[in-house]
Amino acid sequence: MTDISAQLIAQVLDARSQKTPLKIVGGNSKAGVLARDVIGTPLNIKQHQGIVSHDPTELVLTVRAGTTLDEIEAVLEEQGQMLPFEPPHLGTGATIGGTLACNLSGPVRPYAGSIRDMALGVRLINGQAQHLRFGGEVMKNVAGYDVTRLQAGALGSLGVLTEVSLKLLPRPAQTMTLTYELPQNEAIKKITALTNSAQAVSGAAWSTGVLYMRLSGTSEGVAATHKLWGGEILPSNSSFWDDLREQKATFFSGDDPLWRFSIKPTVPALLDTDDMLVDWGGGQRWLRGDFELADLEKLAIKASGHVTLFKGGDRQAEVRPALSNTHKTLHKRLKQAFDPDGILNPGSLYGWM
Amino acid sequence: MPDTNKMVRNELVKEFSSFLPADSIIADAETQKPYECDGLSAYCEMPLLVVLPSTIEQVEKIVTICHHRKVPIVARGAGTSLCAGAMPNEQGVLLGLAKFNKILEIDADARTARVQPGVTNLSISQAVRDLGLYYAPDPSSQIACTIGGNVAENSGGVHCLKYGLTVHNILELKMITAQGEFLTIGSQALDTPGLDLLALMTGSEGLLGIMVEITVKLLPTPENARVVMAGFDSVIQAGDAVRDIIANGIIPAGLEMMDHLAITASEDFAHAGYPTQSHALLLCELDGTDAEVDAYITRIENIFKKQGATTIKVSQNEAERVLFWKGRKSAFPAIGRLSPDYYCMDGSIPRSQISHVLSKIASLAQRYGLRVANVFHAGDGNLHPLILYDAGVPGELERTEQLGGEILELCVEAGGCITGEHGVGIEKIRQMPAQFSDQEIKQFMVIKDAFDPLGLLNPGKGIPTLKQCQEYRALNREHSHDHGHEAHAHD
Repeated sequence: MTDISAQLIAQVLDARSQKTPLKIVGGNSKAGVLARDVIGTPLNIKQHQGIVSHDPTELVLTVRAGTTLDEIEAVLEEQGQMLPFEPPHLGTGATIGGTLACNLSGPVRPYAGSIRDMALGVRLINGQAQHLRFGGEVMKNVAGYDVTRLQAGALGSLGVLTEVSLKLLPRPAQTMTLTYELPQNEAIKKITALTNSAQAVSGAAWSTGVLYMRLSGTSEGVAATHKLWGGEILPSNSSFWDDLREQKATFFSGDDPLWRFSIKPTVPALLDTDDMLVDWGGGQRWLRGDFELADLEKLAIKASGHVTLFKGGDRQAEVRPALSNTHKTLHKRLKQAFDPDGILNPGSLYGWM
Repeated sequence: MPDTNKMVRNELVKEFSSFLPADSIIADAETQKPYECDGLSAYCEMPLLVVLPSTIEQVEKIVTICHHRKVPIVARGAGTSLCAGAMPNEQGVLLGLAKFNKILEIDADARTARVQPGVTNLSISQAVRDLGLYYAPDPSSQIACTIGGNVAENSGGVHCLKYGLTVHNILELKMITAQGEFLTIGSQALDTPGLDLLALMTGSEGLLGIMVEITVKLLPTPENARVVMAGFDSVIQAGDAVRDIIANGIIPAGLEMMDHLAITASEDFAHAGYPTQSHALLLCELDGTDAEVDAYITRIENIFKKQGATTIKVSQNEAERVLFWKGRKSAFPAIGRLSPDYYCMDGSIPRSQISHVLSKIASLAQRYGLRVANVFHAGDGNLHPLILYDAGVPGELERTEQLGGEILELCVEAGGCITGEHGVGIEKIRQMPAQFSDQEIKQFMVIKDAFDPLGLLNPGKGIPTLKQCQEYRALNREHSHDHGHEAHAHD
């Protein structure tokens, strides 16, 4: 439990007066992931950690940004609760601040929501070294603009996150995964058909010819859905979902660039190759190999979505698609509004920002 | 109206006439009258001009012309806002989106609907009912309120507890910027590259852009939904029951509370079978598969019994479920019959503070000599105290507003906020400094500048000026030098 916010503010103030960029670092688990390479003096938030408040009857957690997911998950498990968005750690020492900045959520995301959806409030240090609080610890809060959710996926470009308040959920009583041997396009159709009824789905993924449907809920509810759907039960000691979330499956091994498509979930297979991995019920699809961003972007646009170079490849070049001029202008103005001197994680999202 | 305003109006009418049909331009006071206020009729203003475009190109042209001439624009859906968010600006154009009332596309497989902003909330669910789908956020005004207004206010409703607010249930927005440029934000996918402008636009109260199209997410209609209704002898018991439900790991589809005044008024109005002798009523809806709902109902009944519920009824069929909700959904008009006027507040608090805040509200009401009825989203901790007053009695509206202000400050003190789902508008702008520091307010201002540097979109709403903040803080300092609020309340 340490509060080093005063020190962090002083460092931002210092960087501002010297006009030197800062590279915000938590557990360093996301190095080389999602963001472009940032050049700057490291601003380490790792020591700014500890749970600020957690009333188990409220299903709300407020925690300093440098607190590790490991610590949070251990505390919540004791209370029969969980982070509803099943965050990927992608390495040891992952922090909650980094997870929000990256807007990272696991396989449950289409059914339970993302960290962006569960974020209730933040404290952040903006580029003027002002320590500000937005949102709060209540479920509903529409006073002022939603600066909290604006931080999700902003990759630290708008502020140094110091505190995060999140909505929690109770752990489901029962979880079961059903599997079906199907080619990719059949699997996508089956996901659409199965999720069109209100069953308690908590994951839908396809990999190497097998569709995995995960159910979570009361034991009665899960049993009833199994009876309705049929399918093989995946042994409960299987590490399939962990391997998928943590990118430990064979698909993710090696150094080939990893591309992430975020698209309309019902779109059929993007490429003829069966060498893609489908998660988020079809909404998130992974591809390995040397490709040009612009070529893949054409595919993504046809699928009503976008593609990013998630890991590996050239991270000094742009790793996400170009924005329209109007978007670009708005992004620049918003960056200016939070960080007028451009000292916070410059270039993390786009080279020009 | 000053002559300069008349001149601007005449010039605007001339320019707009080149692309808008005559009946889409309302310049005379009589026809403009219905637009002078929204659902909070205590705040009225006549606009310079009302325009009712029907195409995106027309909106683009209107906004471009206004931007060029530096004329303010206030967007309006159905005008059901309860915070004067859609009150016109006397030097500005009121841009009504009522003609944007079409559902453009329904994708049953992807479970999305692409709709125009003037479509009512309820009509989306009605249009997809036969597909076994619905749109989850359901504000009490859902028959009338528009989806564009819902996005502008980040509206909630009874089912938000389990299914989230508007911000959780939309995917894509098409909007016109303050400069008149067309912009698509969000996408048909679950996230987009760059900054999350979709989150920023949701709940921005018409201050950042004009929405012209929205893609909403749809959910499969649950196989089963049943309501457990329970009466309690005190709001404290009912508040504790709410806490126990959440602490037991149950997330109901809806969890609503009413106090004695609200129970009796609603029962007289809707005849829903509410226990009128009770001091607090809980309505707890469980939905899901048959197996799940049955399992939860038993657990909920046990929690209510443990907290000393005096009556417990479980809906036995769909008709009864609808009847139980009818009382809740008609609570506002029902309470409205008890008094010439009422004022609806919208504070949000941690759930554990419900009992504490309700008893404080009761003592505040007594001090002001005003009646307060409580009907609210207990599961979310979103209070809706209704202050009953008579605008015909000199000074009573002012006293009501003072009491309302104190209730909002009480919510902030209890760890909550001044508005859960109704928005700030003009109504709560005075209390913004209770929740935010001047630096935080300034951060909001520069966000606004990023979108609308000339400050033409819905000016004077949502975010206070620093002068207003200073006045608020000075007034509060004065109060703390007084001997409590008593003297002030009755002066």
